[in-house]
Amino acid sequence: MSETILRLTVNGEAVEATAPARTHLIDFLRERLELTGSHAGCEHGVCGACTVRVNGDAVRGCLVLAAACEGAEVWTIEGLTATGEVAALQEAFRERNALQCGFCTPGMIVAAAELLRDVKSPTREEIRDHMSGNYCRCTGYHAIVDAIETASRA
Amino acid sequence: MKAAAFAYLRARNIGEVFAALAEHGSDARVLAGGQSLIAALNLRLSEPRLLVDITGLSELRGIVVTPAGLRIGALTRHVEILRSAEVARHAPLLAQAVPHVAHAAIRNRGTIGGSLALSDPAAEYPAVALACGAVMHLHGPDGRRDVPAEAFFRGLYETALGETELLEAVTFPPPPADARHAFDELSRRHGDYALVGIALRAGLRDGLVRNLRAAFVNGGLRPVLATSAAAAAEGLPPAEAAEAAAAALDRDLDPPGDHHASAAMRLHLARVLTRRAIHSIGSAA
Ligand SMILES: Cc1cc2nc3c(=O)[nH]c(=O)nc-3n(C[C@H](O)[C@H](O)[C@H](O)COP(=O)(O)OP(=O)(O)OC[C@H]3O[C@@H](n4cnc5c(N)ncnc54)[C@H](O)[C@@H]3O)c2cc1C
Ligand code: FES
Ligand code: FES
Repeated sequence: MSETILRLTVNGEAVEATAPARTHLIDFLRERLELTGSHAGCEHGVCGACTVRVNGDAVRGCLVLAAACEGAEVWTIEGLTATGEVAALQEAFRERNALQCGFCTPGMIVAAAELLRDVKSPTREEIRDHMSGNYCRCTGYHAIVDAIETASRA
Repeated sequence: MKAAAFAYLRARNIGEVFAALAEHGSDARVLAGGQSLIAALNLRLSEPRLLVDITGLSELRGIVVTPAGLRIGALTRHVEILRSAEVARHAPLLAQAVPHVAHAAIRNRGTIGGSLALSDPAAEYPAVALACGAVMHLHGPDGRRDVPAEAFFRGLYETALGETELLEAVTFPPPPADARHAFDELSRRHGDYALVGIALRAGLRDGLVRNLRAAFVNGGLRPVLATSAAAAAEGLPPAEAAEAAAAALDRDLDPPGDHHASAAMRLHLARVLTRRAIHSIGSAA
């Protein structure tokens, strides 16, 4: 099996590790680096549970090869929590009951953080549009839109 | 599911790509944004032995205005098209279509070259390229060639690209001065692949529709230019042109039927979209 040596930055720390070429970024983060906050749901780009930040963009971790992340700057829910960047979103999700099992939540937060970075006070329509690629099987989307709206007004 | 094992090559120059493709033939696949390819590999719909990552090739990037039109490098991501002032100005139909392509996180990585090279009948860009008379710039070990959109899309996931060729860029020629544009689609949920979509351009002179060009998403197994509908609409006021074009559509389209929608339903929806699009260009200032 073809292993690639990778050097990248994850949550602000330099990382060097090997991974088979076919490993996607989520398996790499979870299994090699034990960062289990990023979740793999469908593994074909549909659900958004795997949303992480790569070089400043929210992306589908299941559709990015770890091998393609040589030199990249990756942020996961663990790092974004540690820096406090997503604290207002996390508080709003808790307050507005925008999660139940929590499987979708790390991806939701990373996707929502990108929207709040780009749009100061998004409308509910803009929130729904931006979050349309993130599925939640428990909560229903109303509470999630509420939470993102609350965080954007904080 | 997990992808089967493969080797990975990050190409440093285009020569490396050609060499790898020549050596491995159909066992090798080019990797751009990966937003279709990695999904297909994870589902094991495809099991190549080698992926050749082309995202490091700077000659495939950039949006430039040329005398022939707006030239967009193959590696230009959907999000860059969405934000580009040049695209909004010089390729307005593309600008109207891009918000319909997938979801934000996929737009952050997927590329126009990947979408055109894949030639998925449910994708927006191939229909837009056809309606605009865009030209594909291909680059292979034997040199470069230009292929018009009409000849590029051959069938279901099938294009004029040879096994060792890359799509380098696409040029959208300047639209006629009086051109008006409409892109619209119907899908079950926002961001999902369209059931049916329309990319339409037409002139309006003395209140009459002229030189209509309409191409359809999911109108067939490849993007289809609706020439009968265009002929039927020529020279009519918008309200009559809309009815005439919609009535003629069964001569142009042969939409697929699947568990999302039957062929008859898609034809019906294509007619609905045709009427809406022609009405919208008729009423736009
Ligand atoms: C959940 C989901 C929803 C989506 N919804 C939509 C949608 O609504 N509309 C839509 O249009 N798309 C949609 N997509 C697909 C997305 O737009 C892809 O980004 C695009 O189809 C492929 O671009 P890519 O750069 O990711 O290509 P890749 O996946 O890297 O490659 C796709 C194919 O093109 C080939 N290729 C790539 N670049 C070149 C090149 N320069 N020269 C020659 N061959 C090349 C590859 O070998 C491969 O066969 C969706 C994807 C997902 C996962
Ligand atoms: S696991 Fe990546 S989108 Fe579902
Ligand atoms: S909280 Fe369970 S999937 Fe969203």
